[in-house]
Amino acid sequence: MSEVIIQNPKISVRDLNFYYDGHQALKSNDLDIAENRVTAIIGPSGCGKSTHIRTYNRIFEMYKGQKATGEIIMDGENLLDPSIDLIDLRLRIGMIFQRPTPFPMSIYNNVAYGLRLKAKTSKNELDDKIEESLIKAALWNEVKDKLHESGTHLSGGQQQRLCIARAIAVEPEVLLMDEPASAIDPVGTAKIEELIEKLKELYTIVVVTHNMQQAARISDYTAFFFEGDVIEFGITSDMFSRPKKQQTEDYITGRFG
Amino acid sequence: MSTHLHREIDKLKKKILFMGAETEETVRKSIDALITRNEPLAQQVIVGDEVLDNLEVEIEEECLKILALYQPVASDLRYVIAVLKINNDLERIGDLAVNIAERAAYLSGHAPIEVYLDFKSMADNAQLMLKQSLDALVNSDTTLARQVRSEDEEVDTANRNMFELIENYIKQNPDRVAGALHLISVSRHLERIGDQATNIAEDVIYMVEGEIVRHQPEDFASA
Repeated sequence: MSEVIIQNPKISVRDLNFYYDGHQALKSNDLDIAENRVTAIIGPSGCGKSTHIRTYNRIFEMYKGQKATGEIIMDGENLLDPSIDLIDLRLRIGMIFQRPTPFPMSIYNNVAYGLRLKAKTSKNELDDKIEESLIKAALWNEVKDKLHESGTHLSGGQQQRLCIARAIAVEPEVLLMDEPASAIDPVGTAKIEELIEKLKELYTIVVVTHNMQQAARISDYTAFFFEGDVIEFGITSDMFSRPKKQQTEDYITGRFG
Repeated sequence: MSTHLHREIDKLKKKILFMGAETEETVRKSIDALITRNEPLAQQVIVGDEVLDNLEVEIEEECLKILALYQPVASDLRYVIAVLKINNDLERIGDLAVNIAERAAYLSGHAPIEVYLDFKSMADNAQLMLKQSLDALVNSDTTLARQVRSEDEEVDTANRNMFELIENYIKQNPDRVAGALHLISVSRHLERIGDQATNIAEDVIYMVEGEIVRHQPEDFASA
């Protein structure tokens, strides 16, 4: 079994360190994210998996006292470079959170939000984009007759798909998902998992999950994090049938963590 | 940390080892019956096969239950898969022992075939392979498992020699063809027991190392 090499990765993370309040949460992470594939990040609570993906779109900068060093290279640019435009960065790298975060406005306006930010768009164009995004997010059939009702009245699973529609409306290149199905019931979870499988044709997806069976089902590659280190990275089916590192083995078989 | 899954796996471990011990015993008795021309012992083996058959079904159900309920991964997954296959191998070995016992029962009712055939040492080798493959399972010992793989050649050679000896015997004693054919069968079954023990050894290697060594030459597989 040789080390897995990602050819032409969409994102290359090199020597990424992360600090907050004098504490080091990520320790020299190296990781390659394959284009148009799903990469799952697993590990026990507090291992740095969410922190890691939150560096990609620099959302951590909204908080005081947090700092990332190292390189996150996407298309030849270091995303941590201060000259990177943050609005542009977050249009290119969308994010889905654990709890659905629909804005307190209509379904239509939720999806239109980013589009209006991105560029001036005609009403017709906007309508088309919104329909297209909702179709891609597998939500269109359920909401097409109530586009002007509030997004917060949808079920949890629908709200999460609405957030996915909102994220993909602006045509990002990468989708970061932080526990996207952990607050959703099993039926909603199955829909989101299936959606992820479809979306990878269009986007590069990184999913943080504490649900190992979910990681096994939906991802092509898996990275195992522990105490801020990337312990093991590999093809998902290998990781779950014959992990190389004892720590990975112990974690995924439930012997610790 | 002892989880439900690991308790189930411990239970499964005990069951497969019990099945292994029962299988060894069955093979031992069938050889005894053949060598000592002991018809009642042969019958005992034939009737006793039901125990192994029932155990096989029980263990398979346990494995399916574990897979369905716990979705094991990594070494746990490989363990359950290895047990599922070894279970099958052991049941087949039980069937081969029954076949040997059936030959033994037939032969004990007929005049002995007067030719020196060293079934004892061939059977000893096959039984040793079985014992070692099960020891390898108990101790997750891949060195011993690899040794079993290399021993298979010896039993294969013994089978070829046995075939030649019996073939010559038939040429000289055409009236004893039926009995001689039974002996060829016994030799063939012993050789198959060696093969099944090799399968068990290969499953142990998979279980421990995650590497499928079947259909690979031995020296490559141990590299």
